[in-house]
Amino acid sequence: MRPSSPHTRIEHLLRELAPQVLGAVIRRFHDFAASEDAVQEALLAAASQWPRDGVPDDPRAWLIQVAARRTTDQVRAEAARRRREELVVSLVPPELQLVLGADSDEALGRDDALVLLFMCCHPALTPASAIALTLRAVGGLTTAEIAKAFLVPEATMAQRISRAKQSIKSSGVPFQMPTPEETAQRLGAVLHVLYLIFNEGYTTSSGSELNRTDLSGEAIRITRMLHERLPEDADVAGLLALMLLTDARRAARTAPDGMPIPLPEQDRSLWDRASIAEGIALVTAALSKGAVGEYQLQAAIAAVHDEAARAEDTDWPQILALYEVLMKLSDNPMVTLNHAVAVAMVHGPKAGLELLKALDADARVAGHHRLDAVRAHLLERAGERDAAIEHFRKAAGRTTNLPERNYLLMQAARLRDTGA
Amino acid sequence: MKYMLMMNHPGQGQYQISSWPQKDIKAHIQFMISFAKKLSASGELVAGEGLAGPDQAKLIRAGNDGKPITDGVFAESKEFLVGYWIIDVESPERAYAIAAEASAAPGPGGKPLNMGIEVRQVMSGPPPEFM
Repeated sequence: MRPSSPHTRIEHLLRELAPQVLGAVIRRFHDFAASEDAVQEALLAAASQWPRDGVPDDPRAWLIQVAARRTTDQVRAEAARRRREELVVSLVPPELQLVLGADSDEALGRDDALVLLFMCCHPALTPASAIALTLRAVGGLTTAEIAKAFLVPEATMAQRISRAKQSIKSSGVPFQMPTPEETAQRLGAVLHVLYLIFNEGYTTSSGSELNRTDLSGEAIRITRMLHERLPEDADVAGLLALMLLTDARRAARTAPDGMPIPLPEQDRSLWDRASIAEGIALVTAALSKGAVGEYQLQAAIAAVHDEAARAEDTDWPQILALYEVLMKLSDNPMVTLNHAVAVAMVHGPKAGLELLKALDADARVAGHHRLDAVRAHLLERAGERDAAIEHFRKAAGRTTNLPERNYLLMQAARLRDTGA
Repeated sequence: MKYMLMMNHPGQGQYQISSWPQKDIKAHIQFMISFAKKLSASGELVAGEGLAGPDQAKLIRAGNDGKPITDGVFAESKEFLVGYWIIDVESPERAYAIAAEASAAPGPGGKPLNMGIEVRQVMSGPPPEFM
């Protein structure tokens, strides 16, 4: 995404303004679901009118006005429906209910984005719903765009979003700045949702596109906003660092034919130096505060990779030490799997293969293609060609990601070719 | 009219492709990518997906309590669906022509595979005279 064309500039502006506008409208109407619908309509109207008629002098005010008008219509219709149903006349006409102070406070607008983010990552929501709602309310994406990013029909995504809004409504959580205590409680869920959005963009769990950069970029943008509001939080800084350090390799990750390129074979001159520098500065500062969380550790590992000028210069003993700390913090089999790779790099493939045996008994990862793929790599390095071919083929049969399947088939073929 | 083109994998066990040399796999993948691109550009592609390996496949039926009963994996089945395309074309002949093109995807040594592609018409709503 390069903000060069007017169209792209408008798109960026709308994404930036979306949460501020939504926050302002919700503060007036105290109705998340109705306000959210109205803001979506206002954003769609702007996306079609502004490229043609030009961007208004105060785009934020324009959007708030259009969205407020739509919400008013909706509230009126709702009031009329209630009148018909209950045969009572409201004592306060809806017009009067709506005449509240104008929004000119920019700082308030920015806080709104934070409130929205914490609302959308409500613990009562499934991660899938929280992701969809966050992308719409905070990210300013349309339902169609979110549906496309997750490769589902628009109607399916619309349903998911309306269910999520219903859950928020019935939870009765008011729209207000969370207290420091609530912020701390909710922050873990928020970071998890952002992490999932980033990962979905970085490696799709299914389908034929390896990279959907829209989602990764969106996750980085929202996490950056969160970091600006909570600069002292080491977990937020750690997550932003992790995203930047991972995303920095994006251009080198995929061959022109769509085939994924593994880390050791990537052309490191394609890595984004600015992102790496920013990520390293962030993670260094976060770790120096003494707060060692999972995101900081994963970011630190990514930083060690990114700092190596060539794959063979990678400081594996340091990576191994970081994985050992990480394993103490989390019981994640994928961490154990990556730890085994680090062990193999430091102490040889046999030592790594030995550690994989424990994972065969772990139902969460036994039968997962990543376990087969790692085993295949280590077997190859141990010189066990036939066994490596077998496991590459097994991994290929188990992955649901098409480019990755092709990559694994090629690895098996490469080994067979060298033996022929 | 819409047609579904189904690519069935003959034989048993793992993908046949997994025993080909590297350059032949590459050529085959390239063919499939450009085939999908071409159909998409001509406006004839409605949908198309490759399916995950058959060793992931399960057969589900409802038990008396309505709960799923899972059967499988079926590594020994005679053939299995590896992928499909749904196309929207003017005539059955065009659907057959596209299927023939898919059938001739390159195999080992770059030779056309000439694999069987099952062509089935997708049913649509009632014709105008019934509405």
